Amino acid sequence: MIHNVPVLIPISLIFFAFFTGILGVMRLRYSQLVAVLASALAFSLAVWGTFHVLNNGELSYSFGNWPQPVGIEFVLDSLSAFMLLVITGTGLILLLFPTKPGFKIEEKRGVPLYAIVLLLMGGLCGIALAGDLFNLYVFLEITSLSTYALVSIGSGKAGMSSFRYLIMASIGGSFYLLGVGFIYFSTGTLNMADVMNLLPELYSSPAVIGGAVFIVTGVCLKMALFPLHTWLPDAHSYAPPVVAAFLAAVQIEASAYIIIRMLLNVFTPEFMARLLPLTDIIGWAAAAGIIIGSVMAIAQTDFKRMLAYSTVGQIAYVGLGIGLANPLGITGALLHIMAHALMKSCLFLIAGGVAHKTGITDINDYRGLGRRMPWTMAAFTVSALAMIGIPPTAGFFSKWYLLLGSLDAGNWAFLAVILASTLLNAVYFFRLIEKVFAPAEPSDASARHPGELSPRLLAPVLVFAVLVLVVGFISVLIVNNLLSPVVQGL
Amino acid sequence: MENSVFSYLPLAAVLISAVAVVFIILFGSRPNLREAVTLAAAAGKLAIVFSMLATVLDGKYPAITLFSLSPGVGLALRVDEAGLIFALLASALWLVTSFYSIGYMRGSGEKRQTRFFASFALCLSATIGIAFSANLLTFYLFYEILTVATYPLVTHKGTPEALKAGRKYLVYLITGGVILLAGIAYTYQVAGTLDFKPGGVMPDTVGISQLAVLFSLFLIGFGFKSAVMPLHSWLPSAMVAPTPVSALLHAVAVVKAGVFGLVRAVGFVLGPETLAQFGLAGIMSVVAGFTVVAASLLAFRQDNLKARLAYSTIGHLSYIVLGLSLFSAAGWTGALMHIFNHGVMKITLFFCAGAIYVTAHLQNISQLDGIGRRMPWTMGAFTVAALGLAGVPPVAGFISKWHLVAGTLQHQQFVFAVVLLLSGLFNAGYFFPIVYRAFFKQPAESLHSGEARRLMLVPILVAAGLSLLLGIYPDFLVHLYNLAESAARQVIGGIG
Repeated sequence: MIHNVPVLIPISLIFFAFFTGILGVMRLRYSQLVAVLASALAFSLAVWGTFHVLNNGELSYSFGNWPQPVGIEFVLDSLSAFMLLVITGTGLILLLFPTKPGFKIEEKRGVPLYAIVLLLMGGLCGIALAGDLFNLYVFLEITSLSTYALVSIGSGKAGMSSFRYLIMASIGGSFYLLGVGFIYFSTGTLNMADVMNLLPELYSSPAVIGGAVFIVTGVCLKMALFPLHTWLPDAHSYAPPVVAAFLAAVQIEASAYIIIRMLLNVFTPEFMARLLPLTDIIGWAAAAGIIIGSVMAIAQTDFKRMLAYSTVGQIAYVGLGIGLANPLGITGALLHIMAHALMKSCLFLIAGGVAHKTGITDINDYRGLGRRMPWTMAAFTVSALAMIGIPPTAGFFSKWYLLLGSLDAGNWAFLAVILASTLLNAVYFFRLIEKVFAPAEPSDASARHPGELSPRLLAPVLVFAVLVLVVGFISVLIVNNLLSPVVQGL
Repeated sequence: MENSVFSYLPLAAVLISAVAVVFIILFGSRPNLREAVTLAAAAGKLAIVFSMLATVLDGKYPAITLFSLSPGVGLALRVDEAGLIFALLASALWLVTSFYSIGYMRGSGEKRQTRFFASFALCLSATIGIAFSANLLTFYLFYEILTVATYPLVTHKGTPEALKAGRKYLVYLITGGVILLAGIAYTYQVAGTLDFKPGGVMPDTVGISQLAVLFSLFLIGFGFKSAVMPLHSWLPSAMVAPTPVSALLHAVAVVKAGVFGLVRAVGFVLGPETLAQFGLAGIMSVVAGFTVVAASLLAFRQDNLKARLAYSTIGHLSYIVLGLSLFSAAGWTGALMHIFNHGVMKITLFFCAGAIYVTAHLQNISQLDGIGRRMPWTMGAFTVAALGLAGVPPVAGFISKWHLVAGTLQHQQFVFAVVLLLSGLFNAGYFFPIVYRAFFKQPAESLHSGEARRLMLVPILVAAGLSLLLGIYPDFLVHLYNLAESAARQVIGGIG
């Protein structure tokens, strides 16, 4: 049984996606219930798998018992266990958010909704587990396809932004596939471990170098790393709140994971960081992205759009850690994936909940909400402080490792960027905190008497806020047990 | 001293007011019960801190490590002499301030009092955490909590002016915070540890450039919170907050946290010996000496009473910074004592300013003609504290200043001795006209108010009495001199 865990997680999600779709025809409520159960199952399997990895080392599963490197392989090691925990855990809590405020959709239109969400999660888990380059592509495309569908159910220019994302993500996917093709022609294999073994002799081969560049560029596009981020603000701000949370919290993070996987287990740090300046380019692009994302976020007045630009800046933190390509930098990047998943989900759910309850979307109308919705706004404050990086929240500790990593690399510019970004984040979040807790009456007419969010909306929000604090306190446990084996090879 | 009953005392001292926050919010609709929680927590905190005094004087340091914050760096508390001085100051003044706050907030009919008392209690948890931190990362954690928890207090009134002051406060203090964070990360890189150790943790291999970078990062990072010029301007702006908050900012927690940070950075991380070896002390002395003089001169120009007090605080904080930069045992003793003495005296002055505001609705010095005849006790206390800050015996300020001057002479730094003495004259120059005006000029016709209400007057008299007692007998109750002298001796060690 235990050896099947790696395969059971994505397969169960995809199986339930099918099942949920059929149920959705009968009653949408049931399909949400099944989706929650499916992700709870996936999460428990991820936890189980994690403990197994911690105690007994990595697990692998070969499809159809074909021997490696020919067969298709799933590998569950510390890195993928960590990603699975983030994906399934965040997904589970997000799915608990009620359908109507979460997806802004009437029941009758929502028939395939939860099926697509489960498909997205299944795809993401597949990315985390894939042991060969081509399968990774398949799962990457599954996530992209479900993302097109999910974004397009949003409001405003959602259709257009979904189409734009489709174009950009297809280019990214094609680049990746092209790169994989180059690698396959040079090495004759698609299995990651096998590629890694064969590669040292081929470091100077133009095909391998070209392949690496194509793969990294393609994935950076999907990750929305500056300057390839242009599709993100529209897609994330017009998508429904829960979808936006999924995209910002786990979907683009999965792309960041792919780059880390490439760096550590396919191309080797030797190749990507020292022979080619690939990680340097990622690092500097990320440094620019951190600043520009934050500056753009300051310029926004729509809450969700502000969060979307903030995501551009935050995913660049991950990019910066990758760019450092040293143990502390990668640790910071991975920890930030987890921290960002929690805090950004919390903020998007608050945006959705407040919009549902009061119709407020503009940050200027948040004035005075602190007294009407004390719990929601307390959760907002915790997540906002985490985004800024105030201890003891999770956001501080990822930043701490990134700072140490920058110093380890002797890169004072990166250190300055992280610290400057702290100030910029403080500007746009404290601007909002100031409004929320100002004594003035809510300005919008429809918001005159909003009360606290209903318990079903509030519960997931509070769970995220508490987790933001908990992860801060147990960050060393995560680093020592899950992340330090990952970065050993550097 | 790990793993004994004593280990849990520092933890309890930090947590008691954090737990009180929950109850203050819970009892938000029942003011009397809510204030009872504040008072109980304040009394409890003082008792816990005080109970560690004998142990620490014995040379045993209660310590506890809870869990790791970063590999090799725990969330750790340890009570030593310097920390205990700060904690005693904060917890003693919190108790006094709590009584006063209740009188002030009710007397001036302030709104949102639950938020006020809850934030206040949280600030005190952070302050005690700062005092008892055993390493820089723990310190930073509480330091940032303090920054954030003070923000709702600064913006308490919610007026555009208050919000503006709040913004300025955040910009300054968060900037200081990130610069400090860079210093902490770099310390970890250079020394491989973040623990506090008397005399510093720098390895012998440390070079001049590394040390200079670290020293500047700490000096600037902590400089924001300790309002060293030119990083001071948030402090006068923050005067818009209710007076108990000003007292908290100036006397108890915030600026003192900045100065205390310098105590830790210079004495327990970088080490005076290492710094002196590379001749890095001078810059700190010059900045502090300049601030002492410039702040005093600026204080003359303020007509708003609280603004004048604010500039006086800026000057006196730099007394402490100057004392630390002298790297002499007497200078350190004086600096550590001045942390305590200045707190007690300055809070007296702020309490008086608040009492005048609530009772007579006056804020400007030019309006205070004859106020001493209406409020003799309040202005009597004001006079005692003002004398103390000017360094007149037998008030507490004299003792700490004596040691500071002795510290300058230990290394023949006569310029700074002159600066200190000159500043005493300036202090007299900007405080005594207020006293003169209050007692010797005719009150205006419209001034009918009487003495401040008892809930405010008693704390004022207690604080003024404490300033006198500490001046006559510095080892009274808190063994201030013993603590300061012992800490200074450990830090300065070989330099003498």
